[in-house]
Amino acid sequence: MEWEVVIGLEIHAQLATRTKIFSGAATAYGAAPNTQACAVDLGLPGVLPVLNGEVTRMAVKFGLATGARIAPRSVFARKNYFYPDLPKGYQISQYELPIVGQGKIQIELDDGTTKTIGITRAHLEEDAGKSLHEDFHDLTGIDLNRAGTPLLEIVSEPDMRSAKEAVAYMKKIHSLVRYLEICDGNMQEGSFRCDANVSVRPKGREKFGTRAEIKNINSFRFVEKAINYEVERQIELLESGGTVVQETRLYDADKDETRSMRSKEEAFDYRYFPDPDLLPLDVDDAFIAEVRSTLPELPDEKRERFIYEYGLTPYDASVLTASRELADFFEAVEKASDGEAKQSANWVMGDLSASLNKANLEITNSPVTAQMLGGMIQRIADDTISGKIAKEVFEAMWNGEGDADAIIEKKGLKQVTDTGAIEQAIDAVIANNPKQLEQYRGGQEKLFGFFVGQVMKATQGKANPALLNELLKKKLSS
Amino acid sequence: MALSKSDVEKIAHLARLEINDADIPLYANNLTNILSFVEQMSAVDTTGVEPMAHPLAASQRLRPDIVTETNQRELFQSIAPQVEAGLYLVPKVIE
Amino acid sequence: MLHNKTIAELSADLHAGEYSSEHLTRIFLARIEQFNPQLNALVTVTAEQALADARVADARLKAGTAGPLTGIPLVQKDIFCTKGVKTSCGSRMLDNFIAPYDATTVAKLRDAGMVMVGKANMDEFAMGSSNETSFYGPVKNPWDTAAVPGGSSGGSAAAVAARLAPVATGTDTGGSIRQPAALCGITGIKPTYGRVSRYGMIAFASSLDQGGPMARTAEDCALVLRAMSGFDERDSTSVDMPVPDYRATLNDSIQGLKIGLPKEYFGEGLDAQVAQVIDDAIKQYRALGAEVVEISLPNTQLAVPTYYVVAPAECSSNLSRFDGVRFGYRCENPHDLLDLYKRSRGEGFGPEVKRRIMIGTYALSAGYYDAYYIKAQQLRRLISDDFIQAFKQVDVIMGPTSPTVAFNIGEKVADPVTMYLSDIYTIAVNLAGLPGMSIPAGFVGKRPVGLQLIGNYFAEARLLNVAHKYQQATDWHGRVPPGLE
Repeated sequence: MEWEVVIGLEIHAQLATRTKIFSGAATAYGAAPNTQACAVDLGLPGVLPVLNGEVTRMAVKFGLATGARIAPRSVFARKNYFYPDLPKGYQISQYELPIVGQGKIQIELDDGTTKTIGITRAHLEEDAGKSLHEDFHDLTGIDLNRAGTPLLEIVSEPDMRSAKEAVAYMKKIHSLVRYLEICDGNMQEGSFRCDANVSVRPKGREKFGTRAEIKNINSFRFVEKAINYEVERQIELLESGGTVVQETRLYDADKDETRSMRSKEEAFDYRYFPDPDLLPLDVDDAFIAEVRSTLPELPDEKRERFIYEYGLTPYDASVLTASRELADFFEAVEKASDGEAKQSANWVMGDLSASLNKANLEITNSPVTAQMLGGMIQRIADDTISGKIAKEVFEAMWNGEGDADAIIEKKGLKQVTDTGAIEQAIDAVIANNPKQLEQYRGGQEKLFGFFVGQVMKATQGKANPALLNELLKKKLSS
Repeated sequence: MALSKSDVEKIAHLARLEINDADIPLYANNLTNILSFVEQMSAVDTTGVEPMAHPLAASQRLRPDIVTETNQRELFQSIAPQVEAGLYLVPKVIE
Repeated sequence: MLHNKTIAELSADLHAGEYSSEHLTRIFLARIEQFNPQLNALVTVTAEQALADARVADARLKAGTAGPLTGIPLVQKDIFCTKGVKTSCGSRMLDNFIAPYDATTVAKLRDAGMVMVGKANMDEFAMGSSNETSFYGPVKNPWDTAAVPGGSSGGSAAAVAARLAPVATGTDTGGSIRQPAALCGITGIKPTYGRVSRYGMIAFASSLDQGGPMARTAEDCALVLRAMSGFDERDSTSVDMPVPDYRATLNDSIQGLKIGLPKEYFGEGLDAQVAQVIDDAIKQYRALGAEVVEISLPNTQLAVPTYYVVAPAECSSNLSRFDGVRFGYRCENPHDLLDLYKRSRGEGFGPEVKRRIMIGTYALSAGYYDAYYIKAQQLRRLISDDFIQAFKQVDVIMGPTSPTVAFNIGEKVADPVTMYLSDIYTIAVNLAGLPGMSIPAGFVGKRPVGLQLIGNYFAEARLLNVAHKYQQATDWHGRVPPGLE
């Protein structure tokens, strides 16, 4: 039987605020345990929540960027359950009336086509603390620093049909929240993570299969692996006559498998109800207009602009706009190169990206600045250096030896465009290789490359390639 | 509506309350009485009535995103049942 | 007899230098030592801190920086968090809880120079109408020690009636200030929801809870309410409106005041002798120039059932934080996490609290939410609308605070529903969020009767004015329980 995979993602993006969603405690990562858990975060008797205004602004930004309706009135509700990392015994979330309604986003697939993924809703909620299971023999330690950190939970429609689509969607949202500067996107620190709802159904059937929810996946690679494992598991189960149970599963990256979370198997009854300590959140048109005016150029808009303004291929434009930092860097290079868009794109996506990857550096920490790279591209464009020599110049820039002009000067890399000098070199090479000359003239034309190489060698690679070709051809046939 | 022993046990479990077996009949009886009393509500037609969650028709005030709280871990943990290395301790949580 | 003086009188004396706050504080501490063992009104006495605070107050009085409440002794209901002082909420769960911060109200009254002498006993987590659910045992009614003082602010009411302090704070979720004030023959006001900050006031039912003062006169309530009230940025439900000088309008004329008497408050269930006392009080108001009209609050009968869904629903969630992890009671040797939760909560909470948590849990659970919780919220709207209609016709609504005088200790413990019905006239006011008051209006035998005054939203000044005019014409509020003179 042929199976169709159905995937929906719930992405939790930690909002990049200074303070918690309902208290004035700091949200900085990495503080000593419980030093950023104030009375409100600890749920001490008598304390009350007050909403952080920045959180509202960020949620509205996201809503506008995904074409969603912003609810004029949304309501905070309590989700009741007992867990040691949940101090109050309830999580403040939004249930029936979320702040961001239905929206959508486009993803680009490997075959170059695009697909629209629906976003059901996005709502605000508070994060829980952390349980630490090591070091306390039979006990678990609880750190509540993270309790009360604002989260935007972005719930997709079950629109994805493969793990690859799910990854593309997750990357797209990741890029978007960083463009919007509402989330730092740091997945190691848990600032951006997701739950995946996965089910399979016989191809052609409309009704969804029973789904399993894989909790708390915090890397793009794991999303793909976890979904693929889960899909295999479900298909095997169904094909061997079993049934899929609706349950919560955990992805174990070490074993590359998902397994049932036994402690959470118990049927939950969350007893949602409106939080009486908080009033309805009203967002008016003036506020929405104000937030709209602060929206940056979004990834899709930027991509379109890169295609028509710089004449880039759709693929190059996608790569370069995947992050705002990369896009900004490219534009700075393009400007410094005096309009060499194609070359700029090639260098940013090619040698620069490779070097950054190798050194495990972010574009924002590149030792070769956009100014330097653009300057070097200018030298290629004005024939001062060849593309080949440029690689040597780039390497030197990367190693901190100065800008392109200084390196070209110091190392004497300037391209030879003097016809006389090149002819002299050609003559010498021809004189030293009579056998090859004979063979060439006898019809072995592929020996042309041999002569080019010899002349290049003689000029230490500085001969202008086009000029060299032209002169060599003339000499060999004369 | 009369609550059975297992109803009471289910509710007590949801609310994480230990109730002695011997006390369950009394709770079942009390809770049943209260629920029957509350049952009067169902006689009223409330079609179209907007539920009222707050006494005042106001909207949520927003707080500026400014850090106002300082570290008071020592004070807060001085009243905790069990702490170690700055962490609150509970019996092992199995995931 | 300093202990019989009102705050207004004591304040004048302190400002005139007749005696010091320290002297005054010692007098009340001595009375506490003498009478509290039999009344059980206070669960904690903070003598040392009180004397230190009194000396600071004396310095302010000398320096001329004192306000009208500087140096006046005060009892805090044990539901308000007091930094460094045990805050038990009447529960075993918090028997070991030394609050690490001050409630906003506590800080405000201390800033006003008031001297806290102790903390008042109360029904556990404010759930009760007789003070019998306290972990620390029942409070006795100073007028008749066989009787309950009412609840949940029973310790506060008894302390004021017994002259253990000139004023106490209370909280009122369904009548917890007004009913004990009535049963103990004192004056108490529950302000409009949002008027007094709830920050640091341990929550029972968040959308109903409201703090307020309990004293012997409306004038004293006016002084203390002004100091307690006001916007608090730590409470999202706190209202940002200026606080009037309630004392300034106490003597305004009530000529032509329109009083509404809801016919539903005078029907079946109301004790005939209590009804007589209330009739007399209304006559007094007529004599003072008020007009009286009969009104109807048609959904009155639904208030108690509605309340017993809304309040338990909220409390079932509010009390989840008491889990034995970060503060409060933890059971011995829990063998796993579930055991820790269940036994800490099972042993830490008393039976009435457990009942209400279970009712609320049930009402919010899957399959019952609409029939109970949503239904109750709809009825809450209808009940509120009744008042909105009524206040189009009248200025103040009056009636009995409680259908009977104080009942005997033990009389209603076995039957929760009967106990709940003792709040039948006060509960609707909380559902609507309106201000309500109880003032002494007479006696049935040895036991006091309270007259309830209900005002429109934020009409505290009017209520206090109407109460004060009555107290100028009568002396019920000046009576002293026998043996406590």
